[in-house]
Amino acid sequence: MKLIAAMSGGVDSAVAAARAVEAGHDVIGVHLALAANPQKYRSGARGCCTIEDSHDARRAADVIGIPFYIWDMAQEFHDGVVENFLSEYSAGRTPNPCLRCNEKIKFAAVLDRARAMGFDGVVTGHYANTRESENGKTLHRAVDHSKDQSYVLAVLTRDQIDGAIFPLGDTEKVDIRKEAEARGLAVAQKPDSHDICFVPSGDNASWLHDRLGSEVGPIVDQDGKKIGEHKGAYTYTIGQRKGLGLTVPTADGSPRFVLKIEPVTNTVIVGSREELAISKIWGERAIWCGPDVTAKKKRGFVQIRAHGSALDCTYYFDGSNLIAELDEPLLGLATGQAMVIYDGDRVVGSATICQTE
Amino acid sequence: MNSVYLDHAATTPILADALSAFTSQASKLGNPSSLHTQGRATRKDLEDARESIAKAAGCLSSEIIFTASGTEANNIALKGLFWLGRKNGRNVVVISAIEHHAILDPAKWLVEHEGAEVIELPVTTAGVLDLKFLGDLIANRGDEIAVISVMHSNNETGVLQPIAEVVKLAGDIPVHSDAVQSFGKVALNYKELGLFAMTLSAHKIGGPLGIGVLILRRAVEIPALLHGGGQEREIRSGTLNAPAIVAFAAAVSSKSYDAINIAKLRDDFAQKVVAQIPDAFVNGADVDRLPGIVNITFPRTESDTLLLLLDSEKVSCSTGSACSAGVHRPSHVLMAMGHDDISAQSSLRFSFGPSNTEAEVDYVLSVLPGVIKRGRAAVAS
Repeated sequence: MKLIAAMSGGVDSAVAAARAVEAGHDVIGVHLALAANPQKYRSGARGCCTIEDSHDARRAADVIGIPFYIWDMAQEFHDGVVENFLSEYSAGRTPNPCLRCNEKIKFAAVLDRARAMGFDGVVTGHYANTRESENGKTLHRAVDHSKDQSYVLAVLTRDQIDGAIFPLGDTEKVDIRKEAEARGLAVAQKPDSHDICFVPSGDNASWLHDRLGSEVGPIVDQDGKKIGEHKGAYTYTIGQRKGLGLTVPTADGSPRFVLKIEPVTNTVIVGSREELAISKIWGERAIWCGPDVTAKKKRGFVQIRAHGSALDCTYYFDGSNLIAELDEPLLGLATGQAMVIYDGDRVVGSATICQTE
Repeated sequence: MNSVYLDHAATTPILADALSAFTSQASKLGNPSSLHTQGRATRKDLEDARESIAKAAGCLSSEIIFTASGTEANNIALKGLFWLGRKNGRNVVVISAIEHHAILDPAKWLVEHEGAEVIELPVTTAGVLDLKFLGDLIANRGDEIAVISVMHSNNETGVLQPIAEVVKLAGDIPVHSDAVQSFGKVALNYKELGLFAMTLSAHKIGGPLGIGVLILRRAVEIPALLHGGGQEREIRSGTLNAPAIVAFAAAVSSKSYDAINIAKLRDDFAQKVVAQIPDAFVNGADVDRLPGIVNITFPRTESDTLLLLLDSEKVSCSTGSACSAGVHRPSHVLMAMGHDDISAQSSLRFSFGPSNTEAEVDYVLSVLPGVIKRGRAAVAS
């Protein structure tokens, strides 16, 4: 196959590209320039699109022996990912921009462009697997569960999964580093990136503050009684306990948690641990990574954070929302996050959490 | 078909004569500034080379300052002549809007660090300097201008610039011209043009990388950028790169550049491209250009996509300008000629050299329609 390998300048995408070449594919390396004004140097665990990273990607491509180009996707990234991140936060939700990037950039803008240019698919260094089945190509967890990234890929449609190649899904991360070393790739010991790539400081709250401003507003209890003041509703997350600065204690001295954020009234609602518990989740904008989910109830797992655990549930689709009923209640869940349904290690699909109970 | 190299404006294959001059000089011992036998022998070879380059460029050999690149020569000239002028109260630097970054960026640096005022001269839609604008500027503010720098020909379009007229208008104001693309390809004579300073580079004409020349009028003293042994008129220090210098002279003397045939090949190519892709057009088509360069706009494409697709068909060309991150930005040259952001990013530069053949042109023409088609699909995706 003729493939585009998306190369961030990190160890995973470098080894993924090398493996695709070794598997006999005709591979071209592409580094996505996602920042309009890239910084010169990478700092800590943040950022994947500094000039230093693009040099690392180029060097890896040269060592592997494949052509290398840089694609400027800064505008697409800004419009599709950064703007969405801001608008979701200002609507009181907690988005995951990595999912959005996979959905709108890596397996949309890049895959579409690659296909138009005559390529068959896109190779990335994500830790996930795909398998051929009678229903077409399906998406599965990586062997290395601690590194599994199927959660952030669960926004891919069947057509996008069809054009996705994940060569690292069968290997543990430690072995990828060893393999990079053996292949003579200088990025073998480069630290992993963790934080949100477009927040170079790693301080999400102050980054949001700079862009959304901070309007002071009330913190209220379940009865609507004001018990404190917040410094911008978006700096809080559902389930948050620390840093609320509340001056009115509860009668029994028990801690309070953020239950809800209401952006329209700029109000943060807090309550007890019990009130935080939820047992049913609704998700909108459902995407099926394999066969469609129907109204027929099925047993499976739901995951609500990138590296969260898989929770036993019953799931179904009511015609507009994907619904998961949890076996055991869960504490604290922010709307805007993705709910991903698994059937064993197969990704069934995902939806954006819009309601909980 | 083996790969087809149509990027001679970026760099050229080293000529056999230049390579053999380089290797033979590199095997000789001697610092040309040393006083002993070996030093004198190297100095002799080096000065022979200086004289032959001077002769070809139309300057005195004492007017040649060897540098490590055309970029370095441009920096010395622009900054040095600015500082010289500022001593007499002149604070304005005049450059054309289509200069190479090796002039644009030193000019920007002079603004940011030395408080200079930079005025950019506009060009016509064909890419030729607007002489009327310059004439008016000199009439109004001539006594404030420290230096004027206008390239002899543009590296992206190949369009030749009216340097003799610029010099005439300038009167006593020092004029520098970056002639790295023109030297060895079209008639070019420093003295006849009446220039104050001129830049040359070896690797654009089949010489080695890492050697450039600043021609600077005899007895003119400008501040140095590199300080040290004072080798080149106290203006440029550093041990002289004798192998590269003699190889540069060998390339100059080789006379391998057949301008008529190269222009014919280039024109034939451009004509057929425009016939194949009806909405494609040549930038600067109707004005005098260097023989080897043609810049073509392919509407509804992105040049970096075309470059990738052509590269995978083994055809090497260029988008004209690149920034350090490798992200393609709209060409400032095409923008100055009236293109908008989008059409300035839909253009490719093909630059021909002595080694290109008709068969290569035919091959490129055979793959180009498919490349444009896929390129357009990628933009539409």
